[in-house]
Amino acid sequence: MADGTSISANLAAPARAAMAPPSGMRKFMRRRSTIAVLMAMPLILLIAGLVIWPAIYAIWLSMLNKRMTQFVGLGNYAFLLKRNTFQLVIFQSCLFAVTAVILKALLGFIVAHLMHNIPGKNQRIWRGLLLVPWVIPLALSTLSWWWLFDPSYSAFNWILNSLGFQSVPWLGVGWNARFAVIAVNVWFGTPFFMIMYLAALKSVPEQLYEAAAIDGAGPVQKLLHVTLPMMRNIIAITVLFSLIVTFADFDIVRILTAGGPQDMTHLFATYAFSVGIQSGDIPLGASVSLFMLPILAVAAFFVLRGVTRRTQEIAA
Amino acid sequence: MLKTRVSRRKALKLGVAAAALPLVHIRTAGAAGKLSIGFWDHWVPAGNDVMRKQVAAFAEKNKVEVQADFITSVGNKNLLTLAAEAQAKTGHDVQAFPSWEVLNHVNDLEPMDDVMGRLGEKYGAVNRVVEYLAKIKGHWLAVPSSSGTQNKGPCGRISILKDAAGLDVQAMYPARPEHTALADAWTYDAMLKAAEACAKIGKQFGMGLGQTSDSVDAIGSIFAAFGAELVNAKGEITVKSDAVRQVLEYGQRLVKFLPADAVSYDDASNNRALISGQSALIWNPPSAWAVAKRDALQVASDCWTFPPPTGPKGRFVPYLPYFWGMWKFSQNKTAGKELIEFLMQRDNVEARCTVVEGYDLPPFDGMLDFKVWEEVQPPKGTVYNYPLRKHHNSMAHIAALPAPPDVAVQIYNRGTMPTMFAKLQSGQSIPQVVAWAADELEGFTR
Repeated sequence: MADGTSISANLAAPARAAMAPPSGMRKFMRRRSTIAVLMAMPLILLIAGLVIWPAIYAIWLSMLNKRMTQFVGLGNYAFLLKRNTFQLVIFQSCLFAVTAVILKALLGFIVAHLMHNIPGKNQRIWRGLLLVPWVIPLALSTLSWWWLFDPSYSAFNWILNSLGFQSVPWLGVGWNARFAVIAVNVWFGTPFFMIMYLAALKSVPEQLYEAAAIDGAGPVQKLLHVTLPMMRNIIAITVLFSLIVTFADFDIVRILTAGGPQDMTHLFATYAFSVGIQSGDIPLGASVSLFMLPILAVAAFFVLRGVTRRTQEIAA
Repeated sequence: MLKTRVSRRKALKLGVAAAALPLVHIRTAGAAGKLSIGFWDHWVPAGNDVMRKQVAAFAEKNKVEVQADFITSVGNKNLLTLAAEAQAKTGHDVQAFPSWEVLNHVNDLEPMDDVMGRLGEKYGAVNRVVEYLAKIKGHWLAVPSSSGTQNKGPCGRISILKDAAGLDVQAMYPARPEHTALADAWTYDAMLKAAEACAKIGKQFGMGLGQTSDSVDAIGSIFAAFGAELVNAKGEITVKSDAVRQVLEYGQRLVKFLPADAVSYDDASNNRALISGQSALIWNPPSAWAVAKRDALQVASDCWTFPPPTGPKGRFVPYLPYFWGMWKFSQNKTAGKELIEFLMQRDNVEARCTVVEGYDLPPFDGMLDFKVWEEVQPPKGTVYNYPLRKHHNSMAHIAALPAPPDVAVQIYNRGTMPTMFAKLQSGQSIPQVVAWAADELEGFTR
């Protein structure tokens, strides 16, 4: 049995297998893309389970009648558009998101520039300090703001009274309350813009500024013709991201005003909660919360397409 | 070689145990199966403790393995839990349903006619609000519970009301079953005069015009006292009526004497106004008094709870009941019903009520004679008139009743009535307010 033939046969088998062309399945499994997909599969499943499925379910819910027994298509959306209160909610959501994002972008841009000019170690300290509002859980910090604006014990009013001024009903008058919720959102969100813009500023090559200086460009021209073009992509992405998040804001309004006074601070999310959960009309609540989805999706498409194009231009 | 004292397995076990701390897992022989129940997390911690003991006694006696969770209403977590369980068709077997939630889950609840039949026979009738909220098409879909059930009549400062407004609330509603002439004179006009007098000395009535339940309940009772229905029992919009105009005219006068920021009041603002000594009167259950007893004894000793004023159509007390209901998908319906019935026995209800100093109101007429309301102090008898008593000549009410419940729930939760008063306070005219309300109501009746 243990002759030379049998030994050579045993050794030849794996060698032949190694030499033979791999089967289709094995080839498929060896592809880098297949491995990548397999390795990403847990995350894909997680996103499918926690994001895609709830989103589809929400869309389905928004097309049912109040008792969730009948399909009504886009009936809930058509109904909402006719309601004065919902028109007010659309106006407020747009006012809140657009004003807050512009202010956050503007302040973030200014603070990032100031920060960029602070040398070495001090910059790190200031950067850390300015990130604090963004790091504290929003619900918690909004609660502190609520104490500052509180009807009975407002700290702001205490200061005003100490200086001989009348108390201001911060959350009791519509425009005051709108100002309050926007202010808190700006306070919370500015650090995000600041840190993104600071990172973008640091990536602008110094040579561009030197070349611009040789060409006789002043600070404003450098800002307009060097800094801003180099930051366009990051500005577009941060504004888009922030716009989506701000449109979906819930905590600030819920804690500060609960949508009042007289519905004058309701946003899509808080109104959806009020209609869907508190008043037991889940389909209508789902419609409210999904109302901005197509508009934001289209905006996201165009913004991201612009970013991709500019990136390709730079690469070319 | 170092030997670790805590193994990973042990640490994991500890972690799981720590995570499960808010839950109470009562294990018995379990012969009658498992049961899970979601209670309302009581403001008073002792309220949860006594409930745990009663559940443990039931579990022991009936050999049922019971898991009791205490779900907070802070941030509407209880409402979110109910909505999630109704959608998922899984979760607790028995749940606590705040006032309107039975109606929001009509199709998912197990009928409770048998339990209500036995309890009603033993302890008497329930009030009209309880029937309105839980008896649907002739069937009880939940059992009214005492845990969390409350009245929200006025709680006033004895000395301030006497000195500033000449209102002797202790003589008006003494701590004994006695009807007085002063009680008859306690009308909404009298309240208006008192509000004006107290506002003059900087002790405004802490009545909110916000959209949270305290504001809705108080203003809703004023509407009822004037017979002002926004939507009638048939579902017709009746906001353009003389009664509504009348209550709005009253509101126009009242809001002048309320705090400038009454529109931004939430359910804690009125409590703080009373406890801090800024307000002469609020509409609230005795929770504000209980906190004052802990934090501002001088204020608590000067508080007296009594029924609301009477209007052209009567005296209506804001009443907010909690219910215990069982999902249709419950796996142990027999044990669930037995537990609810056990918890609603007089001795158990009284024990829970006593622990929370009378805050929890029993829903059955036959239980409105507990000693606790006579005994708690300071001052003695301060909450004697907190439960509805026959000599009060008052009626339990929930804002928006008698509108069809699916419309009423929206009127209530969207705070339509206090918002109407808030609009008056901001200077809008009555026709403007009525037009706004008509448009809102049209949306609710879809």
